[in-house]
Amino acid sequence: MKIRIRRKRLSRSTGGDLLIFIILILGATFSAMPMVYTISQAFKPLNELFYFPPRFFVRNPTLVNFYDLFLLIGQSWIPISRYLFNSIVIIVLSLLGNLFFASLAAFTLSKYNFRGKKLYNEIIVLSLMFAPAVVQIPNYLIISSFGWINTYWSIVVPRWGSTLGLYLMKQFIDAMVDDFLLEAAKIDGASTFRIYWNIVMPIIKPAWLTLLILEFQNLWGTTGGEFIYAEHLKTLPHALNQIIAGGVARQGVAAAVALIMLLIPVIIFLINQSQIIETMGTSGLD
Amino acid sequence: MDQNIPVNKRVHRELELFWLDIKRDKEQYLFLAPFTIVFFTFTVVPVLLSIVLSFTNFNMLQIPIWVGIDNYIRMFLEDDIFLIAVKNTLVFSAVTGPLSYMLCFVIAWLINELTPKVRAFLTLLFYAPSISGNAYMMWTLLFSGDMYGYINGFLLKYNVINKPIQWLIDPDYMMSIVIIVTLWMSLGTSFLVFIAGLQGIDPKLYEAAAIDGIKNRWQELWYITLPAMRGYLMFGAIIAITNSFAAAGQITALVGFPSTDYAVHTVMQHIQDYGTIRYEMGYASAMAVVLFFSMVLTQRIVQRLLAKVGE
Repeated sequence: MKIRIRRKRLSRSTGGDLLIFIILILGATFSAMPMVYTISQAFKPLNELFYFPPRFFVRNPTLVNFYDLFLLIGQSWIPISRYLFNSIVIIVLSLLGNLFFASLAAFTLSKYNFRGKKLYNEIIVLSLMFAPAVVQIPNYLIISSFGWINTYWSIVVPRWGSTLGLYLMKQFIDAMVDDFLLEAAKIDGASTFRIYWNIVMPIIKPAWLTLLILEFQNLWGTTGGEFIYAEHLKTLPHALNQIIAGGVARQGVAAAVALIMLLIPVIIFLINQSQIIETMGTSGLD
Repeated sequence: MDQNIPVNKRVHRELELFWLDIKRDKEQYLFLAPFTIVFFTFTVVPVLLSIVLSFTNFNMLQIPIWVGIDNYIRMFLEDDIFLIAVKNTLVFSAVTGPLSYMLCFVIAWLINELTPKVRAFLTLLFYAPSISGNAYMMWTLLFSGDMYGYINGFLLKYNVINKPIQWLIDPDYMMSIVIIVTLWMSLGTSFLVFIAGLQGIDPKLYEAAAIDGIKNRWQELWYITLPAMRGYLMFGAIIAITNSFAAAGQITALVGFPSTDYAVHTVMQHIQDYGTIRYEMGYASAMAVVLFFSMVLTQRIVQRLLAKVGE
């Protein structure tokens, strides 16, 4: 805490700080607009949703859209909890596998020397730059040859080899984990896996928390449509999309759905960021 | 010395050394194995397959026919729209790539100085366009082509214009609007990474620097913060390159597909056109290969530049 106060004093003028703060607030307000719009839409009664010219803010807020949504959810042929379950299973399995495999590989690539390491690092960087659109077809063929069509695995397993996470965590391990710390642990007789698990992973917590939020975002919207055709294996976004596909009459419900789809990532994001800050608070004390 | 030993012995010795190295580092290979298996199966193999496909004619129904470099010749000599797309992509990337990159860093850097709670809140607000799925809807409201569009309404009211402007259909404005919206949405992945990275810099570095005679925040930025961030900056650069060179989604959402006169048609949209609408996978793959190499080239240049940071 002392350090922060001292740092702030380094040639900062109150006027300059204030100016920066005002610019930040203006920028943030502008950025927040679609979120505010989504919230505002969800509480608009139908007549306001169709008001022309469209208004940004709600005039007579109502909960009728949410009421309608829950009514429709109740009529779903497959219970909504099943879709939610599918979503949770897919997201949790994807995230855990991605995090574990990628951090283990990132640790090895960052801190050890072995044959092929340079080449491997090159391939990782290159793989980040290939357009995904043309890889879809070969990918489909591979997944179907494993017989994974209509299973969770079709979505889950490919995420375990996502290079974005590996590359991200490698940068953090390079920058944050001191070599002599690992040497000391090795002399104390810690196994490589223990070093990874008990020393490296806690230090790079901000890295994997950031990765979690990024990956969650990717996965949260997935309908599983490319690989999963069985209705009872589809995800929550698919079910909600089906509900709002009812056209004009479902506009209100669609606005409510948009808010729910937004709210969950926001909550996860806030928990996540406060965790990152907490880690920083404690690691700065030593 | 090596010349005196027969070739087969030399090869044999090399192999033996190689094997000993592998055995010594077996734990490392074991740690890499799970990721590598998945990564090769679902990324490397598909990429290699699509590179092979780029030399064929493949309509996804019949067996691919080998055509050599015909797809590549077609791209540059016969496909006028591809050349338009190349020009658009270059313009778009030259503006949005560097600007969005700097925006991510500068805002992360400014936010980093605030107290934790304010920081978390502002981070959320700046990241909001990446979370809200319907971010473009607001822009279509703003730039709506009739007189009720917010911007048209404003300009008409103050007599700046006397008839509504077709912002999203008129080729004169489309590129600028697409660029503005892209910049507005750019505080995504790298922004979060920069924030986490900045917070991870050891405060002792700054203390030491103050003792060594760092005078102001610009020196602090150049000599301490940027060098400490080098790895994250490379990460951000790759994200900026892929986002700008492979832009497509936000363009389709804003101005439709295809855009008027292909005014903002990008290479990535062209690839999607051939890959998912016309089912000419060979040609689409060839374009993806060209796009890939231009990204790699750019990345190499940026890498050289980043090496100079803090000197």
